[in-house]
Amino acid sequence: MLILECPYCGVKAEETELAAGGEAHLKRYGPGSSDDEFHDYLFMRENPKGVHFERWRHANGCGKWFHAARCTMTLEVFGTYTAQTSVPTQEILDKIAAKRPGWTWREFSDGQK
Amino acid sequence: MSKAVSVLNGARFSGLATVEDAGLQGMITLRGDLGSKALKAAVKAATGAEVPAQGSISVAENGAAAWMSPDELLLLVPYEDAVAKTAEVSEALKGEHALAVNVSDARAFFRLSGEGAREVLGKVSPVDFDAAAFKPGQFRRSRLAQVAGAFWLNDDGSFCIVCFRSVGEYVFKLLSAAGHPQSKVGVY
Repeated sequence: MLILECPYCGVKAEETELAAGGEAHLKRYGPGSSDDEFHDYLFMRENPKGVHFERWRHANGCGKWFHAARCTMTLEVFGTYTAQTSVPTQEILDKIAAKRPGWTWREFSDGQK
Repeated sequence: MSKAVSVLNGARFSGLATVEDAGLQGMITLRGDLGSKALKAAVKAATGAEVPAQGSISVAENGAAAWMSPDELLLLVPYEDAVAKTAEVSEALKGEHALAVNVSDARAFFRLSGEGAREVLGKVSPVDFDAAAFKPGQFRRSRLAQVAGAFWLNDDGSFCIVCFRSVGEYVFKLLSAAGHPQSKVGVY
C-alpha cells in the first residue's frame, strides 16, 4: 500500500484517501505551438522503472493537489511537496540523489541544479 | 417555513457503540486566509472559538471551529442561528478574499459513543484510532467506507461525525453494521 503525507494538512494518507493525477511537471503547449509539441504534451508520458514524479489529490481529505516523488519499482516514497511549483524542491532532489545515484527523469537528473 | 428535521430524525442504534443522529446542527463553511486578523475576529465573534490549529477543532461554549484545509474552516453554531451568523461573518469579512456559506441543511451530524467507538469507526475509516494517535480535539477529514466524512473526538471519548446529508442514511446504516454486537475485533 502506498502512503503519502499530504503537505497541506500533514495527514499520512493511504491510497484510498487519495486520487492519482498522473505525471507531474507537464509543460503545457497550447495555441501557437507546433503539432509535434502539442502531440507530445497530450500523449507522451514517462513510464519509468524507478524514480517517478506524480500529481496526487487528497480527495477524501483537504481536497488539495500535491506532488509526490516515488520509486515505481519499490514503492519507496522520497517525499511529497507543494503543487505550487514547476520543479521538485532541492530537498527532494537531494534525497533521491542520495538513494538512487545517477537517476534521470525527463529534464531532471542526478547532479543537476 | 416548514419544520426542519435532521436526516434520520433522531434515529439511534446500540451495539458495540451507540450511534445517534445528533439532530440539527448549524454549520457554516468559511473559506479565506486563516491567518488574517479580520477572519480570526469573525470566527471568534460567530462561535466564541479561536481559529483552530492544523488538524484540530477548537470548541467554545456555544460553538466550535474545525480545520478543514489550509484555507477552509467549518464553523459549528446553534441551528437556529446559522442564517444570522452566516450574514454576520460575511459582513465582518467584507472586502477580504473570503466566503461564508450556510451548509447546515446539506449535512448530517452523528454522535458515536461508548466503549467500542474507536473500533467501530476504525472499521470504516483508514485512520489510526489508537488512543496515542487520535486524541480528543483532533479533527480529521477522511472517508467512511465509500463516502467522504469528517469526525473529531470529544473529551468524553465520543466521536462527532459530519457527512453529506444525501449519504446520511448510508452512514448511519454503515456505523450500525460496523457496530453489530457480535462483530467485536478488539483492536483498540
